Amino acid sequence: MYDPVGALQPGTYAGFAEVQVLPPQGMIVVRGDLSDGALQSAVTAAVPLAMPGQTGASFENGRGIFWMSPDELLLMCPYAEVAGHVDSIGKALAGTHHLVADISDARAVFAVDGVDAREVLGKLTPADLAPSVFGPGSFRRTRLAQVPAAVLCETDNRFVLVCFRSVAGYVHELLKTAAIPGSEVGYWRD
Amino acid sequence: MLILTCPYCGIEADETELSPGGEAHLKRFGPGSTDEAFETYLFHRENPKGVHFERWRHAMGCGKWFHAARCTVTLEVFGTYSAQVTEPPAEIREKITTKRPGWSWRGIE
Ligand SMILES: [Zn+2]
Repeated sequence: MYDPVGALQPGTYAGFAEVQVLPPQGMIVVRGDLSDGALQSAVTAAVPLAMPGQTGASFENGRGIFWMSPDELLLMCPYAEVAGHVDSIGKALAGTHHLVADISDARAVFAVDGVDAREVLGKLTPADLAPSVFGPGSFRRTRLAQVPAAVLCETDNRFVLVCFRSVAGYVHELLKTAAIPGSEVGYWRD
Repeated sequence: MLILTCPYCGIEADETELSPGGEAHLKRFGPGSTDEAFETYLFHRENPKGVHFERWRHAMGCGKWFHAARCTVTLEVFGTYSAQVTEPPAEIREKITTKRPGWSWRGIE
C-alpha cells in the first residue's frame, strides 16, 4: 500500500463560504444493468446503503452510492477498502456484461461549506439550485464553468463536488474566486 | 436559452450542458449507394422556420444521446424522446399537431 496523494493538498479557503479540498476519497465506478438483482446485491454488499433511484444518492459517513446514468453508479468508500470491493463486485458479476473500476485517483473532491455555500455554486453552474428544487440529498451531474462535475447537496449549508483530477486546479480556482468575501449575491436569502 | 429534459435521467439540462448533434432521423447512405443519395446523406439538411427535430447529447450529465422536437422560431420545446427510434413517436407528433396544426417535416406529419 502507498500513501494516496491527491491532485491538491487538502486545505481550506476562507471565502464567504469555505472551499475545502478534501483528502483522497475511495471511488468505484460500476456500469451494467442497474435493475439486475445480482448487480444490486453486489453493490449494496460493498456499500451497505439503499440502491438510489434515477438521479438519486444514498450516503452516510463517507460512504455513498450515486446514480450517474441509466447504466452507471458511483460508489464512495474509505480509500483503503476500494481494492477489496472492486474485487468482490467483479467476482459477483463475472460472466455478465459489466464494468467495475477503481477511479479514486482519477477524481478530485471538494466541499463548499457555509450559510451561503449555495451562492458559490450558483455562480458556476446552469443547474437550478433553488432550495426547493435542489435540497439536502439531491444529486446531479452538471458543469462548473467549463468542466463537468457532480454535485451533492449534503445539507442546506454543505455541498460536495466531484470532478476529474486533471481539472482539479481549475475547479479549485473557480470555487475560490466565486467565494471571494464581498462577492455574495444574496439571491436565495430570505 | 434552451432547456431540454433528458429522457434518460429526467434532468432539465441547460443548452450549455448538452452537445448538439444536428438533424435527427438521418438515414445513412454509404458504400454501394448512388452519388446523389450519398451527397444528400452527407450535405442536405432541413433548415425550417418552425417545427424541427434534432439530436442532442447530455454531455455534462449522463452522457446519453437523445432526440428533441422544438420550434426554431419560438424555441418552444414540444418534447424529448429516446435515441432508439427512426422517426418521432406518435405522442410527440400529436403534441405538435395540437400546437402547430398542419405542420410537416421531411414528409412526416
Ligand atoms: Zn441525461
